[in-house]
Amino acid sequence: MKKLKGLTIKEASKLLEAKEISAKELVADYISRAKKLNKNLNSFLTFAENEAIDQAERIDKLRRDNQKLSPLAGIPFAAKDIFSTKGIKTTAGSKVLESYIPVYDATVVGKLFEAGACIVGKTNQDAWAHGSSGENSDFRPTKNPYDTSRVPGGSSSGSAVATAADQVIFATGTDTGGSIRLPAAFCNVVGLKPTYGRVSRYGIIAMASSLDSIGHFTKTVFDNALVLNTTAGLDEMDATTSPLKIDNYTDEIRKSPSGLKVGLPKEYFEGLNKEIKQNITKALNVLERQGVIIENVSLPHTKYGVATYYIIQPSEVSSNLARYDGIRFGYDRDNFGAEAKRRIILGTYTLSSGYYDAYYLKAMKIRRLIRQDFIKAFKKVDVIITPTSASLPFKFEEKTDDPLTMYLSDIYTTNINLAGIPSLNVPCGFIDNLPTGMQIIGPDFSEKLLYRVGHSYEQESRWFERRPNL
Amino acid sequence: MVREETEFVNWEAVIGLEVHIELSTKSKMFCGCSTDYFTAKPNTHTCPVCLGLPGAMPKANKLAIKYTQLIGLALNCKTRTGSKFDRKNYFYPDLAKGFQISQYDLPFSENGHMFITTNGRTKKIGITRAHLEEDTGKLIHTKLNGTRLTLVDFNRSGVPLIEIVTEPDISSSLEAKTYARNLQQVVRYLKVSDADMEKGSMRIEPNVSLRKVTKGQESMVKELPPYKVELKNINSFKFAEKAIEYEIKRQRKILESGKMPKQETRGWNETKQETVSQRSKEEAHDYRYFPEPDLPPFAFEEKYFKSISEEIPELPDEKRKRFTKDYSLAENDARTLTEGVELAKFFEEAAGAYKKDPKIVANWITGEVLRRLNEENKTISDSPLLPASLAELLFLIDKGEITKANGKEILANMIKTGDDPRATVIKLKVTGISDIKLEEIVIQTISRNPKAIEDYKKGKEASLMFLIGQVQRITKGQAKPEKVREFVLRKLSEAD
Repeated sequence: MKKLKGLTIKEASKLLEAKEISAKELVADYISRAKKLNKNLNSFLTFAENEAIDQAERIDKLRRDNQKLSPLAGIPFAAKDIFSTKGIKTTAGSKVLESYIPVYDATVVGKLFEAGACIVGKTNQDAWAHGSSGENSDFRPTKNPYDTSRVPGGSSSGSAVATAADQVIFATGTDTGGSIRLPAAFCNVVGLKPTYGRVSRYGIIAMASSLDSIGHFTKTVFDNALVLNTTAGLDEMDATTSPLKIDNYTDEIRKSPSGLKVGLPKEYFEGLNKEIKQNITKALNVLERQGVIIENVSLPHTKYGVATYYIIQPSEVSSNLARYDGIRFGYDRDNFGAEAKRRIILGTYTLSSGYYDAYYLKAMKIRRLIRQDFIKAFKKVDVIITPTSASLPFKFEEKTDDPLTMYLSDIYTTNINLAGIPSLNVPCGFIDNLPTGMQIIGPDFSEKLLYRVGHSYEQESRWFERRPNL
Repeated sequence: MVREETEFVNWEAVIGLEVHIELSTKSKMFCGCSTDYFTAKPNTHTCPVCLGLPGAMPKANKLAIKYTQLIGLALNCKTRTGSKFDRKNYFYPDLAKGFQISQYDLPFSENGHMFITTNGRTKKIGITRAHLEEDTGKLIHTKLNGTRLTLVDFNRSGVPLIEIVTEPDISSSLEAKTYARNLQQVVRYLKVSDADMEKGSMRIEPNVSLRKVTKGQESMVKELPPYKVELKNINSFKFAEKAIEYEIKRQRKILESGKMPKQETRGWNETKQETVSQRSKEEAHDYRYFPEPDLPPFAFEEKYFKSISEEIPELPDEKRKRFTKDYSLAENDARTLTEGVELAKFFEEAAGAYKKDPKIVANWITGEVLRRLNEENKTISDSPLLPASLAELLFLIDKGEITKANGKEILANMIKTGDDPRATVIKLKVTGISDIKLEEIVIQTISRNPKAIEDYKKGKEASLMFLIGQVQRITKGQAKPEKVREFVLRKLSEAD
C-alpha cells in the first residue's frame, strides 16, 4: 500500500482519482492515526468514525461509477467543535453544551459533505472560541505538536494541530480576532481568515457576530484555495454573506507575484522581537527576489485595535451567550468557564445604558477609522505583510494568570477582523525549532491575490515540508 | 421672586398608547416557518432560527417590512430611507435567543398622526413611531401529575409584530378606545393584519398619568407628569376602557391625598375589576440595545416609497367623507358602512346596481342586512349574498311585486343561501304579489260573491274558507294562506 501519511489534498485527490487508493483506505488510515495521536495532543473532542467511513464508501462507489467528483471527495477532514454537525455532538469547547447534538448542519459543513469530504471528528478549542492558547477549553488543553510543553495557539487549537500532526488533511476554524491565523502560525500550517461575508456563518455557534470569519487550515496554500472554492459564496441563510461572485481561487495561483506592491505597516514592526523581525525580513527578501516591490505604509490607528476589539467583541458575546440558559438544551449558566463569564460581564457593562455611548458607540467609530487606515493603504499597495504573532508559541500557563497579557497575543490579528478584510497565515520559518508565521493581508475579497503571493513564497521556502516529530 | 396666582381647575389624564399588532404574513419574521399558529399543536411551527438554536441566524421578511412601511404611510409617518434592526436583550423563558430582534433608534416609520372624533370633536393624535419586531413564544402554566409546571410553545416565536406608539396626546378612555378602533380599522383596510384583540393579534398597552390643570393654562403647552403607569393584560377594547378609567380614579385619589403615584407596570384584573401592580421602576430592565450584527442595515429609495404608497387603498376617513358627499348619506350611516372595507364595497356595488337613491340601499344594509348578520355573529364576507341581488330585491319592492315586509323575509333567506330574489320568492312561497295587488284581488273576489258574504254573516265558517280558496285560485297560490285570511277577514269586516 502507498504511504498515506503527510498527504496534501492535491496529492490525495490524485491518488484517489487514479484509483491507487480508495477513500475508505485513506480515511481509515487517518482515523487510526488521529485517534492514536489524540492521547498525546488532545486535538479532538469527538470522533465521527462511522460518518467518515460511510461517506468514504459512498465516494468510492461514485468513483467506481465514474462520476465526476470534487477534489475534496474522500478527503478526511475535521471541523472545529463550534460548527453545527447534524447528529454529531457539538460543544463549542464548553461544558454548557457537553451533551448537545445539533439537529442541522452548518452551511459550510453541508457544502463540505456535498463535495464528498469525510468528517473524522470535531476538534478541541477554547470554550466558545474565547482564547488565544487553547487553554480555555472546558475539557483539556490541546498541545503543540512541535513542542508538547507549549500551546498551539487558539482558539481553533485542535483544527490547527490536527492539520499539522497529519490527523486530517484539512480542518475548519473560525477567526474572530486571530483564532485561525495565530494557531496556524504556531503550528506551521496555512490558515485563512476570509473577508467577512465571503463564507457563511450559518450554523456556526456565534462568538462575536460582526467579527466572526469562517476559514480553514491546510498544509499548503494550494490546498487552502481548493477548500475555499467549496466553502465560499452567498448563503440564503446568512444575510451578511456577499452576493459578489466567487473567484476560482486555484486559478492563477501559480502566476508570478512580480510587480505586486507589498506594504509593511511601520506600526507592526516598531518594537518587534528581533528574531521574529529577522525571520520576516528573510521571507520578504524571498518575495523581493520574486519581483514584488516592498513599500512602507502607515496604519495610524493600529494601537487602538485591541482596546476597540475588547469592547465590541465582549458586547456581542454577552448577547450571543444569552440563549444558553439550560431551558431548551444544554446545561445551565453555572457551567460557563471563567473567561466566558469575564466576557459576559464586560459586554453587559459596555452595553448598559449610560455607558453605551462611551464604550460601544465610541469603539464602533474607531473601528471605522481602523478600516479606513487599511483602505487608504490599499490605494498604495496591493497587499500588506506583517508577522502573525509578536511572540513564539508560549509555555502552558505562561499567560493564564493575566488575561490582559493573553489578550495581547492577538495584537497583530484583531485589527484585520475589525476591518473585515481577508488575511492568510503562511508558515515563515522556525526559531529555536518553533514555528512562526506571516500574514498576507489584502482588501475586501482579495483572497485570490493572497493565495498567489502566499503560494509563490511557500513554493520557494517549503516550510510545510518540516513536519513535527511525533 | 414673584409668583403668578394659580388657581386649580382639574386633573387631566395624560395617556399614550402602545399597540402591538401581528402582521398577517405567511412566514415568520426571520425564518420560513408558518405564522398560522393559532390552532396548531405546540412547537410544530418551529425551526433552528425561531427556536434560537446555536448557530442559527435571522433573515428578514421583506413583506413584513413593507407592511410596516405601509402602516407608517397610512398613519402619515415619515418612512426612513436608512433603517436597521437592533437587539433588545432581556431574559424570559419565552424568549428563545435571550434577546428580541426589534428596532431602537431608526424605526421604519416615525412622526405621524391620526385624527379621531369623539363627541363631535376632532383631535389629532401624534404617532411617535411604528417599528417592527418579532413576537415571543408563549408560556403555558399547567399541572401535571400534581406538579405545577410551566411549558413553552414556540409556535408564536418570531411572528412579525409591529409596535405603534402614540404621543401622550390622549386624555380620556373614550379617546383611547376611539384611537385603538380607528387603528384597527386602518390596519384591516390595509389587509396587513386581522388585528383581533381576542386572538391576541392586536394588544393594547396604555400608559396613564394625571396632571394638574390650572386656570388660564388649559390650552397652553403642558409639562408631562413626573411619573407614568403602564397597563398590561388587556385583551379587549372594553378592558382598555375600564382599566384606564379605573387608573384615572386610582391616581386621582393618591394625588388628592398629596402623594405621588408610583412609576410602575399594572395589569388589568377582570375578575376584580381593578388594576394590579406587576413591576415597579426599580425592577425595570436595561435592555442593552445594540445594532443586530446578523442583519445588515437597510437603504430604501424614495422611489420605492412612492411605489408602495400607490398600494394604499382609500382609508376609512376618506371613504366616509366620500360616502357622505357622493351618496348624500348621513354621517352615521357612512360611518357604519365604512367600518370594514368589504361592507363598504358591498354597499357601493349594490348602490351602483340599484341606480336609484343610494340612501335606500344604505338603509337596507345598515338596517336589515347588518341586523341579520349580527344575529348570526357573521360579517358580510361570511355571507354569499351578492350586492346585485340586494339591488334586484329593492327593484321588486319598488315595482310592487313584493311588499317591503316580505322583502325583509326574502332578504333573510338570501343572506343565508345567496340565492337571487326571484328564486327565493318562489322557493319560500311568500307572496309573489304585493299587498296592494292582493288587496285588489280580495276586493274583487268579495264583490263577485255576495252570496258567500251573506252566508258568512249568518255564521257559516265554510263561506270564509270558500272566499280564501277563490283568492288563492286567482293568485295561483302565491300568496301566503294566513295573509289571505287576514286580508279577507279585514275586507269582510269593512263590508259591514
